[in-house]
Amino acid sequence: MTAQQNAAAEPVPNGSGAAAVLAAGIGSFTLASLAIAADQIAGVKSAMVFYKPTGPLSGVTTVAVVVWLAVWAILEGLWRKRTVALGSISAAAVALLVLALLLTFPPIADLF
Amino acid sequence: MEITARGLWTLIHGMGFGGLYLLACSGAMVEVGRRYAPSAPGPATADDETFLRIYFVAMAALAWLTVLSGTYIVYPWYRATPPAGTTNLAAYPQRLLMSNPATIGWHSIGMEWKEHVAWLVPIAVTMAMAVFFRYGRRLRNEFALRNAVLGFLFASLFAAGVAGFFGAEIDDRAGVRGGSTIHLMSGAQR
Repeated sequence: MTAQQNAAAEPVPNGSGAAAVLAAGIGSFTLASLAIAADQIAGVKSAMVFYKPTGPLSGVTTVAVVVWLAVWAILEGLWRKRTVALGSISAAAVALLVLALLLTFPPIADLF
Repeated sequence: MEITARGLWTLIHGMGFGGLYLLACSGAMVEVGRRYAPSAPGPATADDETFLRIYFVAMAALAWLTVLSGTYIVYPWYRATPPAGTTNLAAYPQRLLMSNPATIGWHSIGMEWKEHVAWLVPIAVTMAMAVFFRYGRRLRNEFALRNAVLGFLFASLFAAGVAGFFGAEIDDRAGVRGGSTIHLMSGAQR
């Protein structure tokens, strides 16, 4: 076995991967939730105007990206050297992503 | 043959960054799905891994450039408010769409969905890139992780497709135009 194959075969804790996947799911869901809040609540709408020409979209996306990166950094710190239940974590992340896709669709978002 | 500066930016945003992302995304899914599957015919080499790393960096860059140019360059022109008494709304695409019951849905559903769903794309592909940088060829043995990456890539393809479809249709009905005029070339008279 070559050195390259050895390196590829060495087990690596799956915590980093789980942290990245779950953070992406949480970030996506945060984006969709904030978009609904900014659409439905006047106070949130005005608070999300970080850049006037773009309107609330600027704040919604900036806050969602900050939340995503913060959650990712925290989970990475917690799980980096650990092996975690990746199957259930991935399932939760994908569920959050699917919810985010649905909640950004205006006819569904307007139900709230 | 001329194009306006705003029209050119719309083209760069949609057909340049966004269109290239759509093309690249399906390629990444095939590569991850085929080469990094447990049943792949041979091991992925270091060269394969380097290639896909560069490919993911390019995809992430395209995704971020698409949403940033859309949100901070093109969208402000789209949602500009006309001065009171303006009757020609050609320079105000959002208001133009909203002024007609036959086109209002392209804003209230199309643009409202597009402007948010598109932002799921850079989140998904940046995650996929980070996972690939960390695990590379080891993804072959990490079934759940590989499947999650594929799931997020598929969702990003869907989201980019939605954004691209509505972007093209809205541009057809109420395109962002204006700014300085750029002369591309002269045509022959026949």
